[in-house]
Amino acid sequence: MRDFSYFRADNIEAARNAAALPGAMLLAGGTTLVDLAKCGVAEPATVIDISHIEGLNAIDASADRALIGALAKMSHVADNAEVKSFFPAVSEALWQAASAQLRNMATIGGNLMQRTRCPYFRDPANFPACNKREPGSGCSAIGGVTRGHAVLGVSEACIATYPGDLAVALVAFDAEVDLGERKLKVEDFFLAPGATAEQEHDIRPGEVITAIEIPGSAAARRSTYMKVRDRQSYEFAAASAAVGLELEGDGRTIRDIRVALGGVATKPWRARAVEDALKGKALDEATIREASELAMEGAVDHGANHYKIALAPRVIARAILKLGETA
Amino acid sequence: MTVHDMKHAASDSARLEAVGGRLSRVDGPAKITGAAKYAFEQQLEGLTHAVLVGATIAAGKVTAIDARAAETAPGVLAVLTPYTIMELRGASDWLGNPPSQPTYAPLVREVTFSGQHVAAVVAETFEQAVAAAALVKVWYDETPAIVDLSDGKAGDGIPIDAMTKEWGDAEAAFAEAPVRICAAYNTPREFQAAMEPHGLIARWEGDELTIWEPSQWLDGMARTYAEWFSIPFENVRLVSPYIGGGFGSKALALAHSAVAAAAAKMLDRPVKLVLNRPQNFTSYGGRAATRQTVAIGAERDGKIQSIVHRGVNETAVDGMWVEPLGSVTSIMYATPNFSSKQNVVRVNTVVPGAKRAPGENPSAFGIECAIDELAHELGLDPLEIRLINYAERDPHARKAWSTRQLREAFAAGAEAFGWAKRSPAPRSMRDGHQFIGWGVAAGTYPVRRAHGEAVVKILADGSVVVESSSIDMGQGTYTILAQTAAETLGVPVENVTVKLGDSHFARAGVTGGSRLAGVMTGAVHKAAGQALDELIGLALSDPRSPFQKLQANTLVVRDGRIASPRGEGPDLSIGELMSAVGRDHIETKGDTLPASTTPEERYKNYTTVAMSIPHTEGDYSRYSWCAHFVEVRVDEDFGTVRVSRVVSALDSGRLYNPKLAESQWKGGIIMGIGQALLEEGIVDRRHGRIVNGNFADYMLPTNADIPDIQTISVGIPDPHSSALGGKGVGELAIVGIAPAIANAVFHATGKRVRDLPITLEKLI
Repeated sequence: MRDFSYFRADNIEAARNAAALPGAMLLAGGTTLVDLAKCGVAEPATVIDISHIEGLNAIDASADRALIGALAKMSHVADNAEVKSFFPAVSEALWQAASAQLRNMATIGGNLMQRTRCPYFRDPANFPACNKREPGSGCSAIGGVTRGHAVLGVSEACIATYPGDLAVALVAFDAEVDLGERKLKVEDFFLAPGATAEQEHDIRPGEVITAIEIPGSAAARRSTYMKVRDRQSYEFAAASAAVGLELEGDGRTIRDIRVALGGVATKPWRARAVEDALKGKALDEATIREASELAMEGAVDHGANHYKIALAPRVIARAILKLGETA
Repeated sequence: MTVHDMKHAASDSARLEAVGGRLSRVDGPAKITGAAKYAFEQQLEGLTHAVLVGATIAAGKVTAIDARAAETAPGVLAVLTPYTIMELRGASDWLGNPPSQPTYAPLVREVTFSGQHVAAVVAETFEQAVAAAALVKVWYDETPAIVDLSDGKAGDGIPIDAMTKEWGDAEAAFAEAPVRICAAYNTPREFQAAMEPHGLIARWEGDELTIWEPSQWLDGMARTYAEWFSIPFENVRLVSPYIGGGFGSKALALAHSAVAAAAAKMLDRPVKLVLNRPQNFTSYGGRAATRQTVAIGAERDGKIQSIVHRGVNETAVDGMWVEPLGSVTSIMYATPNFSSKQNVVRVNTVVPGAKRAPGENPSAFGIECAIDELAHELGLDPLEIRLINYAERDPHARKAWSTRQLREAFAAGAEAFGWAKRSPAPRSMRDGHQFIGWGVAAGTYPVRRAHGEAVVKILADGSVVVESSSIDMGQGTYTILAQTAAETLGVPVENVTVKLGDSHFARAGVTGGSRLAGVMTGAVHKAAGQALDELIGLALSDPRSPFQKLQANTLVVRDGRIASPRGEGPDLSIGELMSAVGRDHIETKGDTLPASTTPEERYKNYTTVAMSIPHTEGDYSRYSWCAHFVEVRVDEDFGTVRVSRVVSALDSGRLYNPKLAESQWKGGIIMGIGQALLEEGIVDRRHGRIVNGNFADYMLPTNADIPDIQTISVGIPDPHSSALGGKGVGELAIVGIAPAIANAVFHATGKRVRDLPITLEKLI
């Protein structure tokens, strides 16, 4: 491990100033940064510890909105009574992520900055080519072991899957991330690789995530996060769906629906084609299954990840059907 | 006390501490509180740290190494390369065969697998060594690698004639059989994945070497170190007080062990070297990938006429590993015609090794799936076909079973599981979106036997110490040896201290093949019996003994007190007697070797496996047996398989401690669930490299994947298998779990998955 300098920020201004330094990286829960430093991916010149900044860990949720401080722990948000009531998909996404130990350490802001689990990205000693780490060096994953790689939002530069759960739910419900000077839709905060795989987030030097804000809605109140994976816990999604549903007064016509996908795309993936196809339609299994297939428009597989194209629409459909049953 | 008396005492004893009692692990509190100090947790003065550099190619030559940047990095003491490491002598193998090469190079110039050690950096701190290791530049001349069994360059491999088992005319009988099935079954490369990584601390004092290293075989590994460094065996001390899981991987001194010991010698400083997690997937072998075809010909009534079996396992370019794939195939069912042959194929991998039930485990996956396929073909219940073809004697060795409670296992397991309520047709049981499937499979493991020795000491205060260089890797050696000594001597178990894991104690062979408990309870029973005889002899004959004038023929010891059998005369604690006769201790060494054994044979017995006693020696064939009943739930949309219920009935003979035996059985079942559904070393075929060599990507079951598991002991004491009547426990229960799950998945979905692991994409 390389030497680095350590700076403890006591307030957000100090954090922002330090974050503008070249080679600076923020440390909150440490679950991503320490891990990436160990495998040789993160080599920060300066580590800025923001975990002691006061007032950044509040959770203020109601039917109208949820305002979650960047330093709130995943486990605290998952367990928050109002989040559970008004944004169940957010709570479910959190408690199905990682392990209890990690959720007790990891913060919401850090969670948004979580990086891909692509094994080629994570092994610089054996795989020097990685456009995320070294722009222009190539992609070791294409042509390699791709079972976990993305089928949506991929490019010739990168097919690495966005691994997180929370952001999938945030994207479904139009959440915003507060960067101080700027506020961005979470959906826009995450960047698909295109030709610049190294740029994963729309965040500039000196910017620090301070909070996320989720607008309340009927769909958010009736929502779920369904995660399919090889084992029952402590694993990233093979495919996941955050879904919210609002029905008309007749109890069967869809007024509003939100669908976002995880585990299959290079960023948290809003499936608007599915939403558009279902708005105004009856809550009917055949209709739902047919519409769910639209999520895979433009999907590109690399062999071993082909199953995701069949799997993801089924996860969407089952999540919608589950919400329908809870009417 | 005779063996017969022991059995009687145990069978009617409700006492926790007696042999057969459910005493909790005596090492448990130390482990839970963190007081247990594992091998490389020792804090030594002047300790240095070594970090390995692994090859980034799978085949080829190292052409140059530039170590200058590493050598001048902060804290670096030395960079060892193939060109600079001291020369080591070749060591004989675990069978005692002499080395094929006169010298041994743990850092290689010829690379035969990705990750193979090519250099090592030693520094004052671990962090300095890690940083400097990244600065070592290695140039290679890369050649094409054979990445796995399916590689076009792999070929058919090398026939292993010793694996051939044949009787009757299997091919002709198969061709003539009215009902035939034939299928191929594959298992991937799997890893032992112990929580505690491999590693060691090596310290030299003159020509005496002390090694702190987790070990399943202190004396075998000590022999290897002695041979590498040309020093007497007695000069090597191996210390391994606790082991955080071995599962077959920690029985041998390996290349990284040699590097650390050589570095310590070269620097004259103690060296600590611990493999990081990815290195634990490339520095020693897991279970070899296997392929089998099983063809069964049967009558319409289900009676098997012929089994034709062909197997292949991968081995290394520079090492041989045979995973005996016909081991269960040849004994599980009665058949008049049988043929099993096996090849091994060399690929660019570290030489595969032993993982829980090597051989029997993949072998059972083939035959126990095939018999299920035959049952389906015939419209028979999978349990019924197993009873129709029940082997009343060992069909291969043609000997009587010592004990085979497999019929009882099928009956007890089926009853507890509710097998009679099974709906026979595939896809006929469901709950909402979940298909439900019930599957059954049998398992077996031979009773591996050997000779052992132990020292038992009775101290002045009446307390007892048992010493052995055998080990406890979580299976309960400390506990059952305390129980054995306590019962034999008639003392409370809390008065017994068991000391293990130091090669300066009484010698012990390998802890593997489920043989330790049978060997060591026999040795401790013998040593403790001798100590008891000496104690009673003292009490009866020493002029200072209060019993001397009693004129009794014998005395009894119970609860640590010594008295006449009928209770007349004195009643003393052992400590009081020791004090009265002026003795500060009694020490006896008991072994189970024949009296004629020479010192050379003794050395060989403990430092090689060449003197193991065959399980088919004499008139009997000795095996443990089990029957697994499994329920799975398979999501109709997602293809995800979750095991929702396991009932296993097992015959391990007499159990020395049922609580610990159940724990081991459950551990094997859990490992089997991982094997069936999750575990697979995934190779990047372009580079011949494992890409999931870490605990995030190499999937192991979590608690959420494991249902309640019911185990039922159906064993009876087997006097032909061990001194106290036990058979093997630790390896048994994993055998048959993967086929039971595969069979349940077929019952649930109608899809037969013959390639492990059964992941969701194979079912959607």
